[in-house]
Amino acid sequence: MSVVLVDSGGANIGSVRYALQRLGVEAALTADPATIRAADRVILPGVGAAAPAMAGLRESGLAEVLRNLEQPVLGVCLGMQLLCVHSEEGDVDGLGVIDAGVRRLRGGDGLRVPHMGWNRVRGVTAHPLCAGGAEGGWAYFVHGYAVPVCAATLATCEHGETFSAAIGHANFMGVQFHPERSAALGQAVLRNFLWQTPA
Amino acid sequence: MLSRRIIPCLDVRDGKVVKGVRFRNHAVVGGIVELALRYRDEGADELVFYDITASPDARVVDVAWVERVARAIDIPFCVAGGIRGVQDARAVLHAGADKISINSPALERPGLIDELAGAFGVQCVVVGIDSLRDADGEWRVRQYSGEAARTRVVARRTLDWIVEAQRRGAGEIVLNCMGSDGTRAGYDLEQLRAARANCRVPLVASGGAGAREHFRDAFIEADADAALAASVFHAGTIAIPALKSWLGECGIEVRQ
Repeated sequence: MSVVLVDSGGANIGSVRYALQRLGVEAALTADPATIRAADRVILPGVGAAAPAMAGLRESGLAEVLRNLEQPVLGVCLGMQLLCVHSEEGDVDGLGVIDAGVRRLRGGDGLRVPHMGWNRVRGVTAHPLCAGGAEGGWAYFVHGYAVPVCAATLATCEHGETFSAAIGHANFMGVQFHPERSAALGQAVLRNFLWQTPA
Repeated sequence: MLSRRIIPCLDVRDGKVVKGVRFRNHAVVGGIVELALRYRDEGADELVFYDITASPDARVVDVAWVERVARAIDIPFCVAGGIRGVQDARAVLHAGADKISINSPALERPGLIDELAGAFGVQCVVVGIDSLRDADGEWRVRQYSGEAARTRVVARRTLDWIVEAQRRGAGEIVLNCMGSDGTRAGYDLEQLRAARANCRVPLVASGGAGAREHFRDAFIEADADAALAASVFHAGTIAIPALKSWLGECGIEVRQ
């Protein structure tokens, strides 16, 4: 099993890498197109803002590489949002491999934005990424933008509005929460991505 | 529904976790990774590490221990200590921290908040505020509070700073109420309520936890999103599983 973490110049890649190590998998951090294309699994991590992240992927040519991948790809947090068609954050077009848009969380009375903390995952569908997933499990979220519920939604979460906790289309998947920081549930999702998704 | 968070705070000095009363007389509590694992196992929702001498010594936090913590735990953690620029922040985030918290350097140069939010997004930019009530009744911000001899009063009202920090891109505010810190007499609910009224991003209560009721009060009476404590957890006075189970019985949403 060769797993790569796409080095898109963003930060917070260490924690995803360590989570994979706890599962016994050594992931390479790389921006090399050939290495990414050859991997069994590709993870696009991301903490940061959508516009500079997309600008970086375009400049390095990785946007085109990622779009054409055929093996399972997992976007995490911002990485998931980059898989979508467009993001309101910085009004920027994403990779467009999942037919969904990214909108700012509306917030409201007593609802803080960013949505930061542990929340329950609901509406879990029968998708390999969610295998064995317990309805109502706790995941750790840190985000100000989200993907509304759409055809690609695999699981939901609620913060004043219901949004996608996980999305998927063909070989592309994404989770809004941080699996590397979501204790048991997060570990299960990473394990599923590595060993349950069809290669 | 988003749960309220319980956050053990680990003040780091010379590679060890320390704790003082009212920010003074620091004593060693234990090793960094050892305590991080203990709190993770007990059900802490998040950890905060303050390298309390980094800012006064004008050096950045040591990323070696940040990396050791990141390897060991699977809950989020935030690191504070002398982060003065985008490069410093990137090093800490790359080492595996989920958020960075800035305090004294943001007071020196408020534009740092804008720069970090622009580079990494507001969601990982935490602004820590050390605040104390002055004789005239106003809460004002303190700088370099990690070292007694160097602590400075800043001519900034705490509530004004909370508003400005958010406008510049703070994604979370940690309000350390210095008057109650280490007293175990309860969080400064009056100050937290005033802060809450001016804070639309997550607000973390800090300073004064001594009993389980204090956590309940911070959540219910001051509507804090998270409550941070150190000495009651370090000393074992309050066990996190029992605390969370009791908060749940009080009708407060907590992760159990």
